[in-house]
Amino acid sequence: MRSPLSALFWRELRIARSVGGGGAMGVVFFLILVSLTPFAIGPDLNLLSRIGPAILWIAALLATLLGLDRLFQADADDGSLDLLLTAATPLELIVLVKCLAHWIATALPLVVASPLLGLTLAMEPESLAGISLSLLAGTPALTMLGAIGAALTAGLRRGGLLMAVLILPLTTPVLIFGVSSAAAASGGTVPFHIPMLILSALSLASLAGAPFAAAAALRARDA
Amino acid sequence: MLKYANPTNFLALAGRLIPWLAAATALSLGAGLFLTFFVAPDDYQQGSSVKIMYLHVPSAWLSMMCYVIMTSAALGTIVWRHPLADAAQKAAAPLGAIFTLLCLVTGSLWGKPMWGTWWVWDARLTSVLVLFLIYLGLIGLWQTIEEPAQAARAAAILTLVGVVNIPIIKFSVDWWNTLHQPASVFKIGGPAISGSMLWPLLIMAVAFTFLFLTLHLMAIRNEILRRRLRRLSIDAAHAEEKSEATA
Repeated sequence: MRSPLSALFWRELRIARSVGGGGAMGVVFFLILVSLTPFAIGPDLNLLSRIGPAILWIAALLATLLGLDRLFQADADDGSLDLLLTAATPLELIVLVKCLAHWIATALPLVVASPLLGLTLAMEPESLAGISLSLLAGTPALTMLGAIGAALTAGLRRGGLLMAVLILPLTTPVLIFGVSSAAAASGGTVPFHIPMLILSALSLASLAGAPFAAAAALRARDA
Repeated sequence: MLKYANPTNFLALAGRLIPWLAAATALSLGAGLFLTFFVAPDDYQQGSSVKIMYLHVPSAWLSMMCYVIMTSAALGTIVWRHPLADAAQKAAAPLGAIFTLLCLVTGSLWGKPMWGTWWVWDARLTSVLVLFLIYLGLIGLWQTIEEPAQAARAAAILTLVGVVNIPIIKFSVDWWNTLHQPASVFKIGGPAISGSMLWPLLIMAVAFTFLFLTLHLMAIRNEILRRRLRRLSIDAAHAEEKSEATA
């Protein structure tokens, strides 16, 4: 007999793998976004290697958001969200476990893929390591913030676009410190660990706070 | 005080207060604008373009004060589920967006002659822009969810999450080296601004606050009436259904 939370965790991972290939599709979207940029700004390798971390972070941000609107929407559609709401397990933990599974299925592949894509942007090895580490530390914050938006818009028509409008402004600090830690890895005036520590702090704070906000938003759905 | 938590009593109070508040707004705004244009001195460096300050600074204060008021209304929604708090929340979002836009536009117009650019991506400007985007997102959320009580709770949660931005705006000029100047009115050791400029500025701030209170009360009144209309039309539809069923 598995505990409810681990059962939920494996269920989420199975769904992510089987339905529309959530994780793989996110990586493909990430790849397309990154490969479109050189067409837009021209194939100047010096320029690309300078703005490479920014391109990768923007692409990761959008790819993370892309899958998030399904986080609670699918459960709201088929009614399993109502079962989760009435379960004895605290809703905050359920949200946390769903986010963890979602992060493993969608954000972790981006972290793994980012150095390969960084190579096509002519980034230096230190910069490649920096971007992977900063994505590893920063994407949990994106997933958790996104979960608040997903919970707020679950069950709404056209919720996906609204979710992006609600959540993208709040991700500004994550983007700022993510890009600056990736840039600091390849030299610069700021030591690498400072933006990295702030980025980790943002992730930890959102891990601690966002489940409560998202759970409150899910409870607010039924008046 | 509790008496006015009843929407009907609140409507009566708002009806009595609004004319007085409107008169106070007109008086203080007139006095403030007169002082701005005819009494306040030109800056020895900036010339007459310093007068943009008398619009820019009060709208910046109001853009943040509006969010703080919205946050306290959001607490009222979450904790007491009070319809008046819902209405106060909903009414504040467009007002806050307008004051923030006013702050951004006047700041941009002031920045062009002074800094030589319409916009810089420094911490203060960016965090105010994020505040504007949060207001827009909240308005979008209000418009998307049809059921008012449910929309109020969703907006309240987003408002409480977004409140982290307010201290960032306030202290951005102290934490980071920015092009935007640091605080010069509310600071330790008293204001670093000459009295001849401080007084018109404070009167304009009072005028903007009265303007906000007037518009906010009017918008809350509209929202309460709109909710009643919605209730009445739902009841009418039910009554019609019933009479059709019996006929």
